[in-house]
Amino acid sequence: MSGLRLLAGPSLSSGSETYADHVRRLGAATLAGRALIEALGRSGLTGRGGASFSVAVKWKAVAVASKGRAVVIANGAEGEPQSHKDRLLMTTRPHLILDGAFLAARTLRANQVVLYVGEEHGSSWAAMERALDERPEAERRIARMVAAPHRYVAGESSAAVHLVEAGIATPTTTPPHPRERGVASAPTLVQNVETLAHIALIARYGDAWYKSAGRRGAAGTILITITGGVKSPGILEVEAGTTIEEAVAMAGGVSEPAAALLVGGYFGAWVPVDKGWALPLDAAALKAQGMNLGCGVIGVLPATRCGVCDTARIMRYLAQESSAQCGPCFFGLRALSDAIGRVAERGTNRDDLARLKRWAVEVQGRGACKHPDGAVIFLRSALSTFADTFASHPAHWRQQPA
Amino acid sequence: MREGLHLSIDRIKCDGHGLCAELLPELIRLDDWGYPIIAPGPVPDHLLPLAQRAVATCPVLALALRRTAASK
Ligand SMILES: Cc1cc2nc3c(=O)[nH]c(=O)nc-3n(C[C@H](O)[C@H](O)[C@H](O)COP(=O)(O)O)c2cc1C
Ligand code: SF4
Ligand code: SF4
Repeated sequence: MSGLRLLAGPSLSSGSETYADHVRRLGAATLAGRALIEALGRSGLTGRGGASFSVAVKWKAVAVASKGRAVVIANGAEGEPQSHKDRLLMTTRPHLILDGAFLAARTLRANQVVLYVGEEHGSSWAAMERALDERPEAERRIARMVAAPHRYVAGESSAAVHLVEAGIATPTTTPPHPRERGVASAPTLVQNVETLAHIALIARYGDAWYKSAGRRGAAGTILITITGGVKSPGILEVEAGTTIEEAVAMAGGVSEPAAALLVGGYFGAWVPVDKGWALPLDAAALKAQGMNLGCGVIGVLPATRCGVCDTARIMRYLAQESSAQCGPCFFGLRALSDAIGRVAERGTNRDDLARLKRWAVEVQGRGACKHPDGAVIFLRSALSTFADTFASHPAHWRQQPA
Repeated sequence: MREGLHLSIDRIKCDGHGLCAELLPELIRLDDWGYPIIAPGPVPDHLLPLAQRAVATCPVLALALRRTAASK
């Protein structure tokens, strides 16, 4: 592959690309309507917000139900603390995202486009607002910016709909899914901003071009955020199917010996390095191995850090971020966080270990949204990856820097 | 997915009264915080009348019988 796609063009450090430069560089999209939906289907593109759901399936559902009143929400909430790729895209290539959003609006006959941007992402907000100002009047007329509150669950699709509709960023019970009944009861497409940017390029160059990138049978490129014990942490665009080992090499390699990898961020799972290096960065390939690409965060845990303590900190965060609407999520995550906190702080005890194992199974599937599921899948991966540490954890939490 | 009627819970509405578990202990038990855990799979025919009663008794209308497994 000739390098970058989403991040091709002017240097990223020169700020956001203007509409004039964007149009000069890429020209206009040639595919729209049914032909675009078919191309998206053939491309196999899946969402980059965390759930890796088929784009074409969602578009077809909204198109059928639209009747000219569908709503498109470009999801730039980026609530995952470790992820930065959506912000990079919003600040440097806002017009790719807007192209995708307005192509969706035209194709799905939507009469509203909402740019849903994290309130704490100041420069992303400014860049998206400026970019929207540069668009043609017909597009500006149907679009508006809406601030996503700084909460982890605010980026969940039904929470985004709830915020746009009623100003409350908490998830609602599904079904009905937003694609069936969303903002003002209209079918609503919630799509991650990176996904929309890929759509903007597929609408220009087609699905065969999209699939011409990709390794080991995977298609396209993905944005990933590499954090933790690497020499140059940050955001990379890699071909789908690139192994984690190759991606970490692109990030300068490990800064010290690594013990485990966090694949998919807080939505994902820990794996021991010996198993993790060879994993391909591709939604379908990871799913086949019981893993999740999530929003593309890869965390490298140095051998000098304690996986139990890091997991305890993340569990505490996830428990605090419950929207406190569903008993099993609110009470369950709090109890899990307390139990692993005790192990981290005071050392291993058998009762807490048994509780952690039982609750991590019982809580799954019992929230209105997938927040508790993400948390317990993550916790179970810690229980197996760090099994030895869990079995004999000393009372040392406070000795570890946060 | 197996055919038949499944019990499903609106987790936002449910406030853990636990009445359903009292009426239908064969299929519903409570977790450590008093919220129901439903046995997987369709409701067996002989338990349908009890399941319908549990649905009707839930004080916040959180419990439902659905044709597909919404698994919530
Ligand atoms: C707790 C939770 C938080 C989420 N946060 C985000 C987010 O910040 N940004 C995002 O794009 N998707 C987020 N999602 C995923 C959305 O629900 C939805 O699947 C996604 O925006 C759809 O777009 P995509 O198909 O293009 O990925 C979150 C999901 C959950 C369960
Ligand atoms: S599962 Fe948790 S985060 Fe999701 S709606 Fe219920 S309480 Fe809120
Ligand atoms: S009776 Fe209703 S509110 Fe009470 S636990 Fe059962 S489903 Fe929840």
